[in-house]
Amino acid sequence: MSALSLHKKIEENTGLLIFGILLVSSIGGLVQILPMLGHDAMEAATANTRVYSAVELTGRDIYIREGCSVCHSQQIRPLIAEVERYGPYSRAGEFVYDRPFLWGSKRTGPDLHRVGGKFSDDWHRVHLIDPRAVVEKSIMPGYPWLAKRDAIQAGKASTKLRALRRLGHPYTDEEIATADAELVGLKEIDALIAYLQMLGTGLSEDISI
Amino acid sequence: MSNENSNLYHDQIVLHLVQFAVVWALLAMTVGVYISAELVWPTIDFGQFWLSFGRLRPLHTNGIIFGFGVSALMATGFYSVQRTSHVPLFMPRLAWFVCYAWQLIILLGGLSLLAGWTTSKEYAELEWPFDIAIAIVWVCFGVVFFGTIANRKIRPIYISNWFYGALIIVIAMLHIVNSLAIPVTIGKSYSLYAGAQDAIVQWWYGHNAVGFLLTGGFLGMMYYFLPKHAGRPIWSYRLSVVAFWAFTYSYIWAGPHHLHYSAVPEWVLSLAMVMSVILLAPSWATMINGIMTVSSASEKLKTDPALKFIVLSLAFYGLATFEGPMMAFPSVNVVSHFTDWTIGHVHSGALGWNAMITYGTFYYMVPRLVGGELYSVRLANIHFWMALAGTMLYVMAMWGAGVSQGLLWLSVDEIGELSFSFKDIMSSMAPFYGLRLIAGLIFLGGTMLMAYNLYKTIAGKSAVKVQVPAVDPAFGVSS
Repeated sequence: MSALSLHKKIEENTGLLIFGILLVSSIGGLVQILPMLGHDAMEAATANTRVYSAVELTGRDIYIREGCSVCHSQQIRPLIAEVERYGPYSRAGEFVYDRPFLWGSKRTGPDLHRVGGKFSDDWHRVHLIDPRAVVEKSIMPGYPWLAKRDAIQAGKASTKLRALRRLGHPYTDEEIATADAELVGLKEIDALIAYLQMLGTGLSEDISI
Repeated sequence: MSNENSNLYHDQIVLHLVQFAVVWALLAMTVGVYISAELVWPTIDFGQFWLSFGRLRPLHTNGIIFGFGVSALMATGFYSVQRTSHVPLFMPRLAWFVCYAWQLIILLGGLSLLAGWTTSKEYAELEWPFDIAIAIVWVCFGVVFFGTIANRKIRPIYISNWFYGALIIVIAMLHIVNSLAIPVTIGKSYSLYAGAQDAIVQWWYGHNAVGFLLTGGFLGMMYYFLPKHAGRPIWSYRLSVVAFWAFTYSYIWAGPHHLHYSAVPEWVLSLAMVMSVILLAPSWATMINGIMTVSSASEKLKTDPALKFIVLSLAFYGLATFEGPMMAFPSVNVVSHFTDWTIGHVHSGALGWNAMITYGTFYYMVPRLVGGELYSVRLANIHFWMALAGTMLYVMAMWGAGVSQGLLWLSVDEIGELSFSFKDIMSSMAPFYGLRLIAGLIFLGGTMLMAYNLYKTIAGKSAVKVQVPAVDPAFGVSS
C-alpha cells in the first residue's frame, strides 16, 4: 500500500485519525520522560539534602501560595557569573524532596536557591513586609499580611507530612506527631523565613562552585 | 418540525462562546496591564493579598490561555466542524454543557488563584478539584467534536479538523499526566513528581500546551477561516498534510529547551534543541501555505480589516516560530533565559498571532452568525493599527529589557569580578517597563474597540438559522 492510499484511509476514518495523533504525539514524551522517572542521579539526594521540617514545609507552601516563583528562580546555572553572584550551581540531588519543583522561569528578582544564611532573619522580616525599607529601588511587592496570620492558617502540617510520606519522603511517626505543635506561636512570616534560611544548604560543605 | 431542526447548524452556542471569549480577553488583558503597572509602581497593590503580583500574574496567563483562547477555539471549532462535515453538532446539549461548564471553571478557577490555591506549575496552576473538572469537560468537548466528525456527510476530514482534533487529544494527555498529584486539602496538593523529574514533566506540558493549544489549535482556525475569507482553496493541501504530521511529531520533543543549563541530563537538552530547530520546517511550511493562499486575493486585503488581521497574524506567527528555535540554542538561551526576552517572545505569539487571528476571525464570523453587517469597518481598521502598534512596542520593549538583563547579568570584568549588581540592573529596566505598560494599554484599547463593535453588531440579535447545504456527490459519504 502506498503512503498516499494509507493516508487516504486515515483522513477518512475518525478512529484512525485519533489513533494516529495519539501515537505520533506520544513518542517524544515517552523517550524523554520515561528514562527520567527511573534516573538515579535525579532520585538520590546529595549529601546534606534532607526533608523539610514542618515549619520549613509550611514556609515553602506559603512561598508557593504567594507566587514567589513567578519572579524568583531557584536554579543556578553552571556559569562563572552565576556562581559568583549566587553560589555553587544547582545539582539535581538537591531537589529530590521538592514537590512541586520551584526552579521558575523568570528573574524579575534574583535567584534564591542559595539565599539560605545570606541575610539575617530580621533583615528578611523587614524586607518581606516592606522591601523598599532595605532595598531602595526594589520593585518587589510587600507582604504585610504574612506577619499577621498564624502559621497554622497555612494548613495542618501533620496532614502535609503524612501525604508526603505516602510519596516516599522519610518522615518518622514522631515528626508527624509533633508537626502541628511546631507551628504554635509562629506567624506565617516566621515559617517563610525558616524556609528561605534553609534554601540551598543541601550541598556538602566541600563543594564551592 | 424536528426534522427541520435536525438540519440546522447549532450556531447560537458559537455566538455565546464568542461573547465569553471577548469578556475574558478584556478581563485578562486588564489584569495584564495592571500587573505591568505594578512593575513600574510596586506599591499599587495597596497591601492587599489579592492584588499581589504573584497571584495576579497566573490569573492573567490562565485568563488569556484558557478563558479567551479556549473559548475562542471552542467557538471557531464548533462553527467550522459543522460546516466542513455538513452536519449539525453531535449531542448539542452536551455542547451547551461544555460551553457553560468551561466558563464556570474559568470563573471559579480565577477566584481560587486570587485565594492562593495554586500548584505553581506554569499554565497548570489550578488545583486538583479544577484539574478533575477540566478533564471531564475536555472529554465532553472531544465527544461533541469527534462525534460530529464521525457523523459527517463529506468523505474526507478537512485539515482544520485535524488541528482541532490534535488540540483536544494532546492537551488531554498533557493535562492528565502533568496534573497527577496527591490532594492534601481542597486547595492544596503535592505533585506526584519531585524536583528535576517534575521539571521535565512540567515543561513537556508547558511547552506543548503552547504547541497544541496556542499554535496547533489556532492553526485549525487559520486553515478554515483564511481560505474561506480569501475565497481561495488552500494553496497546497498536500503541504498542509505533511506539515501537520511533522508538527504533531516534532513539537512534543522540544519542551526541555526550557531547562538549558539545569540539572537535567545533557542528552535530553541536546535532543530538545535539535527538535526545536527541526520544528521550524513544519511551522514555516504552514505559514507559507497561508500566505500563498491569500496572495491571489490581495485586492481584498486592502479593504477588509478581518483579512488584514489574519494575514498580519501569520507574519507574527512566522516571527515567533523563528525566534523560538533560536532561543532553544544554548548560546542564545544563556542570554535570554530568565529575562524579559521570554516575556516578549510569548507576547509576540500571544498578541501578534493568537489574539490577532482571533480578532480577524471574529470580525469575519460574527456578522455572518447574526446575518448582518459589521457595525463599523472604520473602528475595525483603527483596531487593526492599534493592535499592530501595541504588539510592536511591547515586543521591542521586552527585547530591549531582556537582552540588557541577559548580557549585564553575565558581564564580568578583566579579573573575573561581576560588573553590575542585580539591583542596579533591575532598576535600570524602568523605562522598558514603562514602554511595555503603554504598549499594553494600546493593545487593550484596541480590544475594547472590538468589544464595542461586536456588541453593536450583535445587540438584540441571535444567531440566524442556517440550513445544512446539500452535499456534492463527488465528496459525499457513500452510505
